[in-house]
Amino acid sequence: MKTAASALHLLRPESPAQALQWMRERAPLQPLAGGTDLYVALNFGTCPARAFLDLSRLGAWRGIKVERDGGLRIGALATFAEIRDHKGVAKALPALCAAAREIGGAQIQNRATIAGNLANASPAADSAPVLLAADAVVELVSVSGVRRVPVAEFFLGYRRTALQPDELIQAVVIPTPPRAGQWYFRKVGTRAANAISKVVFCGVRGPQPRIALGSVGPVPLRARRAEAALAAGEPVETAVAALQQDIAPIDDLRSTAEYRRFVAAGLLRQFWERTASPVRRPVRRR
Amino acid sequence: MRFTLNGKPVAVDAPPMKRLLDVLREECGLTGTKEGCGEGECGACTVLLDGAPVNSCLVPVAHAEGAKVTTIEGLRGHDKLQRAFVTEGGAQCGICTPGFVVAASTLPRGASLEAVQEGLAGNLCRCTGYAGIYRAVAAARGGGKSAKKKAKR
Repeated sequence: MKTAASALHLLRPESPAQALQWMRERAPLQPLAGGTDLYVALNFGTCPARAFLDLSRLGAWRGIKVERDGGLRIGALATFAEIRDHKGVAKALPALCAAAREIGGAQIQNRATIAGNLANASPAADSAPVLLAADAVVELVSVSGVRRVPVAEFFLGYRRTALQPDELIQAVVIPTPPRAGQWYFRKVGTRAANAISKVVFCGVRGPQPRIALGSVGPVPLRARRAEAALAAGEPVETAVAALQQDIAPIDDLRSTAEYRRFVAAGLLRQFWERTASPVRRPVRRR
Repeated sequence: MRFTLNGKPVAVDAPPMKRLLDVLREECGLTGTKEGCGEGECGACTVLLDGAPVNSCLVPVAHAEGAKVTTIEGLRGHDKLQRAFVTEGGAQCGICTPGFVVAASTLPRGASLEAVQEGLAGNLCRCTGYAGIYRAVAAARGGGKSAKKKAKR
């Protein structure tokens, strides 16, 4: 590890109240949950933080609950292994299980949390397109109280979020999914596990189709123009053209802007083709 | 910092943010757990934390407090799996092998080839091309005839 562990401080609150108080009084603190992103930065010596707030003892922020209306309340500290294996999630939001299965391998899924995936605000966060398409809401909490921010408004820019310096994520809330909706999720990367995606796509087909993508812009985004074209009954190629206006991919070490545009178009066509039948099909992995 | 290591209680004096990997190798003297990439990609440093495979290069030792940690040295009852890695050509240079064996030990008996591949997706091997590894797991974990047959390809 390129960062000296002896120079790092770790505060270990026993309750959310204590955690929030320390976030306010002892700022700046870097929250630490599963550590699967933070330790990569620590190992390479690129993590500027020296004081960390350990969230692992905050039992109140664990767990997944199926609400009476069919929606989900996913605790901030729910791991992707828990999400992957949860029957309620498989029923309400199968695309989230599909995404969880492709977030790293088992070793990462056992540690990485849903709030961590959001808070890091990587444009390639695999769970983000699913949460965007599900109209999920992030619950942010500080000593001043709780704020509910739609995921679509949570990502402000490249690796920037709506989180205030003293706020933590306590849960992700997914409203009742549309009954007639058919879900589609696909991650395109070098390999299924342990590869940062070149393009990640999630769509739900209902009266108002919802489409979200990752790795095609500075933040994971909803493809509003493509959605509008499909909702208006336009041919899929019109939506594909509109999608090119929605996204703004770049060339980087994983792919090129041109390839990402090509793949995004292909995924939109595949989404529309595979969800054409009214029969509910299982979410495709690859 | 107290935890249970391979079935025995241990107490180590280490900074809470020190990687579990380094504590195991330096404080505990167990060098079977290897460091590969140091970024959670390769799985060479896989250990079991309360029975679940994790990358020990991404775990602060603070998170092992009060937990059960199992390394390759403490993986009892999996001699057949370890032998199968030898006989089936599942090991060449050896750096990835402890991580693969630890991860494979958590797979359910009778797992299909697809389930084995998915379960080991967090472990990388630069030598074997994986075929020998899948054969070894199928042979030891009794993946059923079809899994063994498929793994032979």
